[in-house]
Amino acid sequence: MFTLETNTGFWNPIIWIIAFLVLCIVIYVLRSFGESSYKKGEQIKPFLSGNPEPEKGDVHIRAGNIYWGFTESLKEYYKTMTNIHTGDINDYVYWFIGILAIILVVVSVSGGGL
Amino acid sequence: MNFLILHAPILIIAIPLLAAFATLLISKISPKLRNIFVITVLSFVLFLVLLLAHQVYTSGMQVYVLGSNQTTVATPSGYSIPVRIMLTVDGASIFMAIITAIVSLVGAIYSLSFMKKYSGLDKYYTLLLLMSVGMFGMEFTGDMFNLFVFLEILSISSCALVAFWTHKGEPSEAAFKYMVLSCIGALFVLFATALFYGQYNALNIAMIASRMKYSLLDKIALGLLVAVFAMKCGAVPMHMWTPDAYSKAPAPITAMLVVASQASLYALFRGVFTLYNVTLNCLTVGWIIIILGVLSMFIGVTMALPQHDVKRLMAYHAISQTGYMLLGIGVGLAVLGDTNALNSYGLMAMKGGLFHIINHAMYKGLLFLTAGAIFYVTGTRDLNKMGGLAHKMPLTAIFFMIGALSIAGMPPFNGFASKIMIYESVYKFNPVLSILAMVVSILTLASFVKVFHSAFMGPQLPEYKNVKEVPKSMLIGMGILSFMIILFGVFPDIVVNTIVAPAANALVNQGSYITKILGGA
Amino acid sequence: MIYNFPFIAAVILIGLGVYACMFKRNLIKIVIGISLIESGVNLFLITLGYRKGVAPIYTNAPSGASMVLPTPQALTLTSIVIGVATTALMLSFVMTIYKHYKTLDARKARRLKG
Repeated sequence: MFTLETNTGFWNPIIWIIAFLVLCIVIYVLRSFGESSYKKGEQIKPFLSGNPEPEKGDVHIRAGNIYWGFTESLKEYYKTMTNIHTGDINDYVYWFIGILAIILVVVSVSGGGL
Repeated sequence: MNFLILHAPILIIAIPLLAAFATLLISKISPKLRNIFVITVLSFVLFLVLLLAHQVYTSGMQVYVLGSNQTTVATPSGYSIPVRIMLTVDGASIFMAIITAIVSLVGAIYSLSFMKKYSGLDKYYTLLLLMSVGMFGMEFTGDMFNLFVFLEILSISSCALVAFWTHKGEPSEAAFKYMVLSCIGALFVLFATALFYGQYNALNIAMIASRMKYSLLDKIALGLLVAVFAMKCGAVPMHMWTPDAYSKAPAPITAMLVVASQASLYALFRGVFTLYNVTLNCLTVGWIIIILGVLSMFIGVTMALPQHDVKRLMAYHAISQTGYMLLGIGVGLAVLGDTNALNSYGLMAMKGGLFHIINHAMYKGLLFLTAGAIFYVTGTRDLNKMGGLAHKMPLTAIFFMIGALSIAGMPPFNGFASKIMIYESVYKFNPVLSILAMVVSILTLASFVKVFHSAFMGPQLPEYKNVKEVPKSMLIGMGILSFMIILFGVFPDIVVNTIVAPAANALVNQGSYITKILGGA
Repeated sequence: MIYNFPFIAAVILIGLGVYACMFKRNLIKIVIGISLIESGVNLFLITLGYRKGVAPIYTNAPSGASMVLPTPQALTLTSIVIGVATTALMLSFVMTIYKHYKTLDARKARRLKG
């Protein structure tokens, strides 16, 4: 009932969920073996080489900084892509008509089916 | 009840159409009454769709002939060919109609609070209803010309809704771009229809399909149809209107625009599979669709990564997910002539693609609605200005997480179920495509981690100290979609066997479609 | 040969319209381009309706004469009506764009890009 056959394999969400829950319990058990000398309150404060802790709002990593490395290493690709996305309506129509023409040529040149 | 089932195809189109214009009058009485009216109408339409779905799944394809006393006979009053306007509802149509009905209802419920503070809401709901009319019409129509008519109704109403916020210029700019492309596209569809009429003297899809010769003119018509509907569903490199229109429309409308794009996707499949089927060169056209799909997947997701407007980012993901559907269906089309390959993996790829359509409508709709919720409380769509919203909006954060995990294909949500079907079947067709699809899935996860982190995680920001959880109707809208996602995720087998498999079979079996309409000939 | 002229005219009209949409910078000219495409398609439809037989919807038709199906005319009428709606809507978008951007140049009216 829950098993999705995909010809080559199968997918059963119930088995997955059970496995996931078992894993969670195992992790919890492992965690409970942890350090018992932990002191609440004192040890949760960040230690920044003795500097005072910055404001909460400044600690948050803003979206623009995430995956900076990824976009930086693919700079050329992103530059080309941004250049293509001009936002100019003429270019939109240009792309559409261009692809239309390519598809028309490919379909017309290729022969019939069965 | 029998009356309702008998006339359900036309009622599903006619009720929202009449209600759309009644909405304007009822608004004059009281806005509250109007809201109740719109929700009632859309609920009733959903009920009718489910009723019709039951009928289709138990007794096969339904045909509805307009203007005749025997509405279910395709060729009434002694005609040998179908000359009347006809609605045909088979597995594929009803599959799309279910999606449309659910998302329209959710969109309307969500709008109740989301749009409350804006004026001109009578027109808003009128257009919303017209939009669902356009989608239902495209899905149910049995002839090419009405496909054009409903395509235009859909374009006009959705463009008008994209430009609903006229106090800024950008929505109008986005709507103008969308409208220009839609208009050119729709006129090309009309041109293709004219090519069919000129050759076969028929507008009915089944009639054209039975007479299909695949001449040069048919090839031109095929090229036009493929290009136009690929553009309308946002396939790269004709996707540029998508991020503009999706990001500037009000959030519930964006969720519906996703379904509107999928209605075009349906029209593409209907054209390729039902109009042409094996008469066309399956491998060539299949590969055209596969290449469009792969480009959409890859460029869509890579362009999404650096975006900082949350809805624009999600719009690029919508393009990328459309790529999966095109890939699945394209593989199915490429092996259409080859019965062995079709049965061993082609049909599974198509089921995966179709299943992905309904999953995509649910989770992408949900994600756009959560983006709308963020916009509702913060007044900005810029991710750089957000942070720590989970402290104040825990429910929205959970809904977002469900949607994000689902789109990234994390088990046990529904996105995984359809993606695994696509991966496995496409792998047998061409391993490279399958690996590429998995890489895209990883990048999708990466970019939603970014959104989740920058919008919901982190310390509470001082500027959002006073934000509250969004109103109830918005939560209900998001809740319905989350519920569907989990339901589809836990019972993928039931969903695939009851609604997806009939849709795939309806597309592949052109013969039974023609026989049902033209009789045994 | 002379019967092919309307088809050629239709294709030329569509081509001109597509050209205007691709290369004209003024937003209103783009709308005009779309109207041109529409006229071309309508002309094409009407030309298809020219067949052997008596003209359709003819009250005093000679008995026994075979009448042409009036389908293309019906299609054209519908398409014209839709065309009016789309043109009006597009022009109203142009108006709003001009109100906020103070320009009708497609190269300048592109705040949405990338």
